[in-house]
Amino acid sequence: MSIQVENISKSFGAFAALQGVSLDFPTGELVALLGPSGCGKTTLLRVIAGLETADAGRVILDGEDASDTHVRERQVGFVFQHYALFRHLTVFENVAFGLRVRPRRNRPSADEISRRVHRLLDLVQLDPLADRFPPQLSGGQRQRIALVRALAVEPRVLLLDEPFGALDAQVRKELRRWLRRLHDELHVTSIFVTHDQEEALEVADRVVLMNRGRVEQVGTPAQIYEHPATPFVYGFLGAVNCFRGRVEGTHVRVGEARLPHDGQVDGQVDGQVDIEGAAVVGFARPHDLAVVTDLAAANGVDAIVSRVHAFGASVRVELDSLEGAADRGEPAHYEVVMPRERAVSLIDGQRVRLVPAHLRVFADQAA
Amino acid sequence: MTAASVATLTPTPLLPRIARRVLPGFGLTLGLTLVYLSLVVLIPLSAVFIKAGSLPWGELWNIVSAPRVVASYQLTFGASLLAAAINTVFGFMLAWSLVRYNFPGKRLVDALVDLPFALPTAVAGIALAALYSGNGWIGSLLAPLGLKVAFTPLGVLVALVFIGVPFVVRTVQPVLEELEIELEEAAASLGAQRGQVFRRVLLPLLLPALMTGFALAFARAVGEYGSVIFIAGNIPMVSEITPLIIITKLEQYDFQGATAVAGVMLIFSFAMLLVINLLQAWSAKRTGRGR
Repeated sequence: MSIQVENISKSFGAFAALQGVSLDFPTGELVALLGPSGCGKTTLLRVIAGLETADAGRVILDGEDASDTHVRERQVGFVFQHYALFRHLTVFENVAFGLRVRPRRNRPSADEISRRVHRLLDLVQLDPLADRFPPQLSGGQRQRIALVRALAVEPRVLLLDEPFGALDAQVRKELRRWLRRLHDELHVTSIFVTHDQEEALEVADRVVLMNRGRVEQVGTPAQIYEHPATPFVYGFLGAVNCFRGRVEGTHVRVGEARLPHDGQVDGQVDGQVDIEGAAVVGFARPHDLAVVTDLAAANGVDAIVSRVHAFGASVRVELDSLEGAADRGEPAHYEVVMPRERAVSLIDGQRVRLVPAHLRVFADQAA
Repeated sequence: MTAASVATLTPTPLLPRIARRVLPGFGLTLGLTLVYLSLVVLIPLSAVFIKAGSLPWGELWNIVSAPRVVASYQLTFGASLLAAAINTVFGFMLAWSLVRYNFPGKRLVDALVDLPFALPTAVAGIALAALYSGNGWIGSLLAPLGLKVAFTPLGVLVALVFIGVPFVVRTVQPVLEELEIELEEAAASLGAQRGQVFRRVLLPLLLPALMTGFALAFARAVGEYGSVIFIAGNIPMVSEITPLIIITKLEQYDFQGATAVAGVMLIFSFAMLLVINLLQAWSAKRTGRGR
């Protein structure tokens, strides 16, 4: 089932949690709502579920306006970060809850309920724990129970609010893969909220990146990662190196150095602004920078190696800028990832040049 | 010094080693607890039974089963149970509105709840008697309806309800505050109606606190004296409570009779509290908390 939200706005007192958000969630996809805390992603999820009422805008489920429908009639499955299992009921009764509260004419028979609950518990391999109470389960088990409890009512959409947020790293990764597999089996339109970019990129078919109550970018994980639409998206999706400077033709002047850029300057209010001399900030991922020991090499910025993390297949090198980013006052730090064999000659304190292979430039909002 | 010489110097303990407890002061705290409990609770209570036990059995039975005394048991325990039940319902509602809603004067209401705790019970009794008597503010309104409160068993109930208010509120309030809203949201998202959320989710989770509040309100009501005697009228066989019978006997220097009735009351109260505790343990076990 498809979900559309149109122009949703929601404020809590003076704080605007959502500002005119419009999105389209196609049927059968697993979508991640990604963003830093306070960006409005959970509020949006709760508005879609009907747990929160938007100040303005519409929620359309399956082509019907559901803005005024109560949560119990929306047929959405909601999974909470802290599970929200009924601790006075057994695992079995927790999963059966949604079936037992149905009006008598729609309620399946006791045998049918039992059959369906056991089938769902089998699905998450927790059938042997049917008679336990939630406090007797581990965090990962509780979250799986919470998920099948939501699935038991055969919801039209599944909404998950930071489903793995309260779990430790190991269990998180396992559950992440499990959620993906489950979704591939069931194909229920699903939205999950997360602040973990790795989780969003790994699990979702499509990622919605939010910031300060607005949508920054929507796209597949590859699109979002390869072609960030805004400086915020660039910075949020993993480590990034920033170079602040001014445009000089095909290059950006950063202090004494000139770096070639990728050609376009995004983030302009007016697309036709003459970009020559414009203040810009250039972004390069750690793997887009080459460390060159030849200090005469063209198109590079001087830096000093501060630390080499040599473990694993690739080596991570931390560097400090030489001039302390003269115009902004704060010393710039860089991070480069390179294959192990190319890093063997690097030593702490060595002076090198950083040559970006790709430099994506945006208009510098701070300048 | 070498390790070997250390080993030879250390004497082998003659006694088996006593298992160490992680928490210190077990002996001290348990000892103090027992001494305190004995001094404050057990010794005075056993004195009741010793004194009552000095009566021959036949006479003892005659005293505690006299019709006037039996009527007083019925009133005391009946009215106490009813008052505790009323307080459980309305105390829950009070706690609910104090926890779930914001309204002007909330702090004031919150403070008012404790007033029956703090007020000398005699003051409450006089105030209630004045209000509910035939010419009092409330009594004069009820009189045309044929309702008499003061100097009837109903008056006893009113007084017991008054003094029991804080118990349920104060036991349910913290539990209600701890209850995650998410549980109700989860139930609603699974399709539960409001009544079902209350019956299937909230009530079972609040039941232990409600039962504790009920037990406390009941215990307080059984022992209440000051606030009741003014409004009850103390008519034998009708509105006379057991504590008053005990006092009356004491005033007539009938110490043995007084302790005999007191002993019966003690046994009744203890049995009822025991039943409530067992019920609580059972409900805890049934909901997986009794581990």
